[in-house]
This record gives sequence, C-alpha cells and structure tokens, in this order.
Amino acid sequence: MDAANPMTAAPPLAQRSRVRPSRRTADRVLRTACLLATLLGAVVLGSILLMLIVEGLRGLSPALFTHPTPGPGSEGGGIANAILGSLVLTTIGIVVATPIGVMAGTFLAEYGRTSKLADVIRFLNDILLSAPSILIGLFVYTLMVRPMGTYSGWAGGVALAIIATPVIVRTTEDMLRLVPGTLREAGAALGAPASIVIRSVTWRAASAGIVTGVILALARIAGETAPLLFTALNNNSWFNANLMGGIANLPVMIYQFALSPYPNWQQLAWAGALLITVTILALSVIARVVIKPQRAR
Amino acid sequence: MTALTDQIALTASQPATRRGPSKGGDAVFRAAAYGSALLVLFVLAGILGSIIYGGWPAFREFGFGFLTSSAWNIGTEQYGALVAVTGTLASALLALLIGVPISLGIAVYLTQLCPGWARKPVGMTIELLASVPSIIYGMWGLFIFAPLFARFVQVPVSNLVEGMPVVGTLLYARVPSGVGVLTAGIILAIMIVPFVASIARDMLDQIPTVLRESAYGIGCTTWEVVRHVLVPQASVSIIGAIMLGLGRALGETMAVTFVIGNANRLSASVFDPGSTIASRIANEFNEADGMQLNALMALGCILFVITFIVLIIARLLTRRVKAA
Repeated sequence: MDAANPMTAAPPLAQRSRVRPSRRTADRVLRTACLLATLLGAVVLGSILLMLIVEGLRGLSPALFTHPTPGPGSEGGGIANAILGSLVLTTIGIVVATPIGVMAGTFLAEYGRTSKLADVIRFLNDILLSAPSILIGLFVYTLMVRPMGTYSGWAGGVALAIIATPVIVRTTEDMLRLVPGTLREAGAALGAPASIVIRSVTWRAASAGIVTGVILALARIAGETAPLLFTALNNNSWFNANLMGGIANLPVMIYQFALSPYPNWQQLAWAGALLITVTILALSVIARVVIKPQRAR
Repeated sequence: MTALTDQIALTASQPATRRGPSKGGDAVFRAAAYGSALLVLFVLAGILGSIIYGGWPAFREFGFGFLTSSAWNIGTEQYGALVAVTGTLASALLALLIGVPISLGIAVYLTQLCPGWARKPVGMTIELLASVPSIIYGMWGLFIFAPLFARFVQVPVSNLVEGMPVVGTLLYARVPSGVGVLTAGIILAIMIVPFVASIARDMLDQIPTVLRESAYGIGCTTWEVVRHVLVPQASVSIIGAIMLGLGRALGETMAVTFVIGNANRLSASVFDPGSTIASRIANEFNEADGMQLNALMALGCILFVITFIVLIIARLLTRRVKAA
C-alpha cells in the first residue's frame, strides 16, 4: 500500500496550456472540494476535542475521583461511583466476550473455513457488528431485566458483551487467516492434534492481532450508552458492589447530567465526557500501534 | 511452543506407552469453538425473538394501522409508528445526502491527492472520529452546533423563505432553537462520514495502480480519472459502504436523542423537531409500562426490520466484490 505512495499523488498537469479550460476548472473544483471535505473532518474532530477540554478541564478535580454523584440540587460531588461502575461493566463485557469471540473466530478461520454454516455465521456476525445497539438493549431487557424484576449490573455487562463479541470474532478470524497454512501443516506434521496446533501455533502467530481486536472492542463498549439505559441504568448512591441492582456508569451519568438543569451536574457531565473520550481515543491509538508489527511481518 | 516440545519429548521418551495426545481435549476445544460460533447465531435470533415477543401485543391491538397512525397518546393508549418512522427515514436520508459527498471527497483526497507524509496522520484523524462515542456527538450537537445553527442558518433561512410556496414550508422554523430533524441529519452525517470514508478509501486503494496510471497517461485530469476510472471500478463496494453508513444512521440513538427535539408531530419542515424510533425508545422506555412498553417494542421491531434489510444489502454488496 505504502509502496504506491509516490505514484498515487496525482501528477501535476505539466502542460496546463494544453488542457481545455473547462476540464481544468472541473479538476480544480474537485481537488478543492476533496481538500475541503477532509479539512471539515479535521475541524469537527478538533472542535469536539476543544469543547471537551475547555468544558471538561474546568470540572476536573480530585473530588471527581473520590466522591459519588450528588443528589438533585445538592452541591459538589464527584463521579467516582460512575467511573468504578463503568470499569466493572466494561470488565464484565470484555471478560465474557473475549473467550466467546476468540473461539468463534477460531471456528470460522480454522474449523469452519468454507463450510455453509461458517458462511452463515460470518454473515450474521457482520450484521450483528453493525446492528443498532439500542436493539441489543431491548433484547437484554427482555432476557434479564424483566425476569429479574430489576435493572442490574449483570444485565449491563451482558449487553456490552453482546456488542463486543462480533468485533472480536471479526478481528480474530481476519488475523488467523493471515497466518500462513504452512505453519499449521508443520504443526500437524509433528503429530499435534488440531487444538494444540491452534493454541500453540496459530494463536501465537496472530496474538498481536487478536489483542488488537480486544482493545478495539473495549473502545467500542466503553462509550456505549443506549443499551445501558435499559439494563444497568444508574444509581446515585456510592457503589456498593451490588451487581444485582442498578449501577452507576459514566455514559448514562453523562446523558442524565448533561440534560439536567443543575449547573454542578452539567459540570460533572463534561468532566465525565472528557474522561471517557480521552480513554477511548487512547485505546484506539494503542490498538493501531499494536497492530503495526503484525502488518509489517 | 513449549507445549509442542513437551509433547515431542514425551512421545520420544515413552515410545511403548504412547497413546497420542488425548483426543478428548481436542474434541472439547472443537466443541467450544463450534458452540461459540453458534452462540452468535442464537444471539441474533434472540434479539429478533425478544423484540417480536415484546411488540406482539401492540401489533395485535393496532394491526396494520400501527404503521400508518401518527398518534402517540399515553392517556388514551393510542399508539402509532408513523412519526417515528418518518423521522428515522428523514434524518437518515438527510445524513446520507450530506455525508456521502463529504465521505467520498475525503476518500478521494486520501487516496489521490494527499501528499505521502500526510496520509497516515490524516487517515488516522478520520478514523479516530469514528471511535468518538455517540453521546459525545450528542453533546457537541446540542451545546456547540445547535446554537450556531439556529443563529446562522435557521433564522436567516426562515426569514428568507417565509411565505414562499413549498420552500417556505420545507425550510421554515417555527421556533428556531437549533434542534430538529435537519440538525439530527447533520450530526448523523458527521458520524457516518469517517465510517463510509475509510471503507471507500480501502476500496479505492484496492484498484490496480495500472488503471489509474494509464488514465493519467492519456492525459486525463484527476477529476476525469476519479469520475471515469475509479468510481466505476469501485461503485458496487462504495454503494455497500454507503448502505453500511445508512444502517448506522438509522439505528443511531444517543446523538439523535440530544438534537432532534423529541416531538411527536408530523411536520413538513426539516427545521422542526421530530423523533426517530431509537430516540423515542431511549426517551420513554424507562418510564413506560403496559401497552406503551409494547408499542415501543413494536417500534424496535420495525427498526430491526428496516436496518437488517439495509445491512443485508450492504454486506452482500461489499462481499461480492471481495469474492471477485
């Protein structure tokens, strides 16, 4: 891809005088439009970051990490319970999704390959990957919240796991497919059964890629709000390690506080928004750095 | 590696008792992989099943009229999907209208015009935009974009078109607050741009360089190369990418909930507040019970059907190219 770089930068029209003016104008318009479109993207990202930094830094204080969310109308407070709750929920999500995702990806790349079943599952996984997360929230609500009679941390974790799994399945399969078949054959020639070849040869060769998939999944679920509205909801009290009840979490906190009439709540929402965005952007950058050696190999 | 060498050592030292690696472990591993893959299937079926189960009472109560009624009255328990469905389709189509040209522009810039050193950082910036959570876009839309939009677009445009036929109703803001269907469309456009742009870029990158070079060789300008060589080559997969963006725009929840205004009113003006299926579910679900809950689930059903048709088409289009 990179080798083509010098070639892909369009050659300047050496003899401009011989190009008909209308063609030249069309060309210039296109070039300018493309540049503007790209600048627009950069400006929007810059504007979002600027907004978060300006509004969020104002609310950044030690109390943020030591105090729970305040009740309506009361002063001060922090978002410690929401941070902790988010950590717990994403941990549940990733811990549940990783083994399932990696094993399913392994099935698609190693066992299923070109079978009909693998084709169907691959297709459905791709659809699940871009399915609206709010529908996943409705599903977990029907599956867990309604029968249990209460919003719960467990339900939130499961909803996040369902969102994370297809991401991990997809990257695991893609990465395993990059492993040359000769490695597997070498393993098999030593008499190792398929499961051992996969575990100690293929997984190992693709480990960086698989880890990337998990980080990407983490970045994806860390900011998910819609499914948590119907599953984990929120809880203003200090986190009490009770996963059977509603549990505070950053995204829902941000949603409720940002739209609230209390200035200190709004301030907390901005601080939370800054925190969560920085975390997610950092995760995304890390994922791209991890994947690099894999590509170069 | 250690596992392998251990086994080799094992088999070498005990040639007589060698029974081979346990077949049991192998079968368990295989079963686990198989089971995990099937789980994906069950989850999707579960989503469909649970939403149909939840929405069924509403469909039975209101029948086909659920789709064509614009009522949403909690007091009289009359519910219809028309406003939410219209809002969903309108905001998503506006998003495509605004977002697709920008996405393609970015893709063309990144693959054709951008100097080599800037490709990585610019590409990464665009990709990072895709990972910003939707609630942040919602806050940006409501607190930064909407006031500017109201002041510099809604008010002047409303004043300009007031009284004109057609345009006067389409582009007139009764309350220029900055929130509304068009604002939602713009925010959605910003959200799908990085997504569509990066897929389109990958597709354009896959076109053999020879094609491009021969077009330049006969004296084509960049515009002509893009228009007559690159776009026709990648058209199917670009349409697939656009459909993926559409799927995302249709189901997007939090950002839209912030900026669409959440009104249950059918309005001809794109400046007026409305609601989408997802925003209505997000807004009302926690306080709903009884028939309202069923009606919301039924809305979820409709969203499921719409997005899944779009996503299936999208995946089929992007897949066909991969196979070819």
